[in-house]
Amino acid sequence: MFVLKLVLKNALRHKLRTFLTILGIAIAVMSFGFLRTVVTAWSYGVEASAANRMITRASVSFIFPLPYAYKDQIARVPGVKTVSYANWFQGVYKDAADFKNFFPRMAIDPETYFDAYPEFIVTPEDLKAFRAERNACLVGRKIANEHGFKVGDIITVEGDIYPGRWDFVVRGFYTGRDASTDETQMLFHWKYLDERIKELQPSREGNVGWYILIVDDPARMTEVARTIDAMYLNSRAGTKTETEREFQQGFVSMSSAIIDSLEVVSVIIIGIILLVLANTIVMAARERTTEYAVLKTIGFSPLHIIGLIAGESLLIAGIGGALGLALTFPIAGGFASMFPTFFPVFNVEIITIILAALVAGLAGVVAALFPTIRTLRTSIAEGLRAIG
Amino acid sequence: MIEVRNVSKSYHRDSLLVPVLNDISITVPEGEFMALMGPSGSGKTTLLNLIAGIDKPDKGSIKVNGTDISTLNESGLAKWRANNVGFIFQFYNLLPVLTAFENVELPLLLTNLSKKQRREHVEASLKLVGLADRMKHYPKQLSGGQEQRVAIARALVTDPTVLVADEPTGDLDRVSASEVMTLLDRLNKEFKKTIVMVTHDPRAAEKAHQVKHLDKGELT
Ligand SMILES: Nc1ncnc2c1ncn2[C@@H]1O[C@H](COP(=O)(O)OP(=O)(O)O)[C@@H](O)[C@H]1O
Ligand SMILES: [Mg+2]
Repeated sequence: MFVLKLVLKNALRHKLRTFLTILGIAIAVMSFGFLRTVVTAWSYGVEASAANRMITRASVSFIFPLPYAYKDQIARVPGVKTVSYANWFQGVYKDAADFKNFFPRMAIDPETYFDAYPEFIVTPEDLKAFRAERNACLVGRKIANEHGFKVGDIITVEGDIYPGRWDFVVRGFYTGRDASTDETQMLFHWKYLDERIKELQPSREGNVGWYILIVDDPARMTEVARTIDAMYLNSRAGTKTETEREFQQGFVSMSSAIIDSLEVVSVIIIGIILLVLANTIVMAARERTTEYAVLKTIGFSPLHIIGLIAGESLLIAGIGGALGLALTFPIAGGFASMFPTFFPVFNVEIITIILAALVAGLAGVVAALFPTIRTLRTSIAEGLRAIG
Repeated sequence: MIEVRNVSKSYHRDSLLVPVLNDISITVPEGEFMALMGPSGSGKTTLLNLIAGIDKPDKGSIKVNGTDISTLNESGLAKWRANNVGFIFQFYNLLPVLTAFENVELPLLLTNLSKKQRREHVEASLKLVGLADRMKHYPKQLSGGQEQRVAIARALVTDPTVLVADEPTGDLDRVSASEVMTLLDRLNKEFKKTIVMVTHDPRAAEKAHQVKHLDKGELT
């Protein structure tokens, strides 16, 4: 009781110093929470991948296409249940400088794509309407809400990979089955793409960006990959077949240098939290050397002294940490709404909150460690002598 | 009764061993008011600390009212101090964040007195030093003399048999100093406290029954 009261009073002794320390910790904890959130959002793509899905893409690089003719050949490989395919279209929608307009646009096979991606939920009516019209498209719920897309709306895209002006008519929406499902894509008919490109650049006819395979047994994935890749080993367009997880990881690892540096920065932030707090606690304990000696003289135990120093450290760390965590949510929310399509899923995870709280708590303990040890080691006689 | 027998004490300064007290023996009878004088650095504070159980001698024994405190361990000493000794320092050493009342209450927090009982003791103590009307004041709202009287109230509140004072008037003007000395005199005469006081001030020493001189670690 008394220790608690004295901890509070001590913390309020240098109000500005305490306030600045709390602010420093809050900002650092917030940055930590925010960076962890970015890192988890980044790796969501990998987590969202299905266990029985595989991707076949050009062995050179996934920016090179594969012939459409592979579709039936791949479908005949033992273990392959479903084959679908897609092309990255992209193009420019409205003002390209606005991140909001930067959602993925892909050409897909309307007949098989949603069998391959059961986590994309489309109502039978929407799917029927989508399949029935050559230039129809389906949009993810998140992007539809953001842009206010309604059925019948025309989405006009200026092509870049595929030149020309492209009009797509919205015929429905898809929603994500899981929290980690990407609801930011626009999907349209691969046939529409193929027919138009045939008129413009006949050499690019019949190109597929990548194949999506569903295997009936995940245990056979290695075997399936080996068989397919062997089939095209000596052809003009060699393939590389891998599990979707590997594919996504390859995708993510392109940016792994950035992720790594974010991880490093979040460790540095832990160090900053510690330094900011330790500085204040060391200073405070040093200033109060005589007071602690007086308390010991009167008969207060080492435990009381530990309580006073560690209590103040934990109090400041606790308030700073709580404030930082409270700030993480609006910051993460603001960031997510600024770049809605950059990260399909951008949530402050429970684990991030626990981690940030742990970091603040640990900093509170570690920062108190040295001043506590020093104060306990100082004999009363020395402590009383420390007076100015 | 305080019996200091053949006590020696030295401090380490870096690798050097600095002898401070050299085979000191001294007896302070119960109810005595003794002043310790001597030049700066002669070991007065060190001797006082040993008597009060703040520090331990390298050699010799110290008995206070029959207890050999030189054999007690840290926590044993802490308990003994809390029950037997009141401390008065040159710079008062009140906690600045606590009121006069709370400062005086500090030693009682280690007892199992109820809140009400603590209040009674603190009020009686502050009344005794003439500061009953300053209970809610913080140290920086008090004069030096008043702060020292609060410190005396804190030393008294557990009703110890021994009071030790290290230059209690060293930081005070003449009027405040004489008030403090009158108070100590009264505690000795009226409340039978055994007082050991270090001082440089001959006027303060006048109140003592006995004056000992310490020089270079030896009593003269
Ligand atoms: N904790 C300590 N560490 C090292 N030297 C000390 C310590 N305490 C006292 N001394 C030395 O012991 C000597 C006596 O000190 P002290 O008892 O404070 O003298 P006085 O109170 O008579 O001025 C001084 O030389 C002082 O520097
Ligand atoms: Mg001294």
